[in-house]
Amino acid sequence: MFQISNLASGYGQSQILHDLNLNVAKREIVAVMGRNGMGKTTLFKSLMGVLPQWGGQISVDGCDISKLETHQRVESGIAYVPQGRMIFPSMTVLENIQTGLPASAKGKVPDDLYALFPVLQEMRHRKGGNLSGGQQQQLAIARALATNPKVLLLDEPTEGIQPSIIKDIARTLKEIRNLRDLTIVVSEQVLSFTMEIADRFLVIEKGKFVVEETRDKVDEATISRYLSV
Amino acid sequence: MEWLSEFGAIAAMQGFNGLSVFCVLLLMALGLAIIFGQMGVINMAHGEFLTIGAYTTYVVSVLTEQYAPFFGPYYFFLAIVLSFFIAGAIGWLAEWAMISKLYQRPLDTLLATWGLSLVMQQAFRSIFGAREVSATLPEWLMGSWNPTEAIDIPRNGLFVMGLTVLMTGMIFLMLYRSRWGLQVRATVQNRVMSRAVGINTKKVDRMTFALGCGVAGVAGAAFTTIGSTGPTAGSLYIVDTFLVVVFGGASSLLGTIASAFSIAQAQSLMEFFMSGSMAKVFTLSAVILILMLRPQGLFSIKVRK
Repeated sequence: MFQISNLASGYGQSQILHDLNLNVAKREIVAVMGRNGMGKTTLFKSLMGVLPQWGGQISVDGCDISKLETHQRVESGIAYVPQGRMIFPSMTVLENIQTGLPASAKGKVPDDLYALFPVLQEMRHRKGGNLSGGQQQQLAIARALATNPKVLLLDEPTEGIQPSIIKDIARTLKEIRNLRDLTIVVSEQVLSFTMEIADRFLVIEKGKFVVEETRDKVDEATISRYLSV
Repeated sequence: MEWLSEFGAIAAMQGFNGLSVFCVLLLMALGLAIIFGQMGVINMAHGEFLTIGAYTTYVVSVLTEQYAPFFGPYYFFLAIVLSFFIAGAIGWLAEWAMISKLYQRPLDTLLATWGLSLVMQQAFRSIFGAREVSATLPEWLMGSWNPTEAIDIPRNGLFVMGLTVLMTGMIFLMLYRSRWGLQVRATVQNRVMSRAVGINTKKVDRMTFALGCGVAGVAGAAFTTIGSTGPTAGSLYIVDTFLVVVFGGASSLLGTIASAFSIAQAQSLMEFFMSGSMAKVFTLSAVILILMLRPQGLFSIKVRK
């Protein structure tokens, strides 16, 4: 359903990602784990076309998107929740969600989105920049879901968020997957969070996948060895 | 009692004069409030887009006189619409050819657009000649309106005022109530993220720049009712225009309105008591002083970063 083959990318002269291959099934949640500087964010940015892609192919639902520009990739069904959330701070919560809506929605936020994040409905007239970290994270996810994606990419969603909210986010992500048949790729450093949601675990090190385990076979100790500094 | 009514008449006319200056400033600044305030492009050629509107009006006026004199009283409306589209189209081209390459280098746009403004001035000079021209105003725009014996309010001032209110209202609606406005504001805040939620930022930028230039064109058309048009007419306005936008606080349309109002009122009030240039000196000093205390301008939006 979501396929990456021989993906290569980097900054300037230095190559960061080396021939990455990944095949994610529909409704699967894949966790990409790794320490800082191993290429998680670079991977997500080149998947979105924010960083120029050096080589390889990305396809969604059999449709090659590697030549498309960022906004066209969104149209073809991938959505992105970046590291640090990057909501639009001086726009209201409602307007933030509306930026993701396609033109056909006529600016109306679908009810199921508010059902997933009731706090956003409550605060829809507040400025996005005045929300707490956890609420901003929910807003960033809601904004990504507004584009009606087939694949959702989340880059370190638990960064700087209190533990009780992390549990909420994990629960919501699983709920969304079931509701919308969504494919989710999430990058993380927090193992407890991914253990709760992921079906498959990948460890990225120096721009290559070095470990791949499914949920039933995963060994927490092996993965956490790669995560410790 | 005679002196009281005379004083009242002077106050009314002076007040109207201030409002009139306010409308002129606001109309000039609206286009730039979109281009500089929203997009952050320092467009030194903004004045020339005003001039395009003015020359368009002049050409329409001449053509009407020659070929369709019966259309004379109404040609001005057509001229306004045409000014908007011609200035907008040239703005669209300028964005495509030049400014779209320079979004990462804001200071270079300053130089590039200044060059563009010189090129455009010379083009006006070559096409229309160095002498100032003026459009023939329709009958209903000339003369003045006298609510009482002593009060004398010029009709062209009233017209400019009406146009300003209309344009401001429309821009407000577009920026805060339309999908395009939403996309503009998102793009301004975070270009990369806007793309990642599916906004075609290139298209948004081009539309925004074209619209700002179109509004400048309308302002230029309106100014033909007040003064004559020469190749450098626009460059006379550019300083005032930037002053209004910067003083109001970039990215705030309300700030632009407030700043145009305060600058215009201060100017026309002081002009009553001293010479025009002294009044200007005092207004500018006050603006500089306030900007030193509040570098972000009058209005700025406060949020957690």
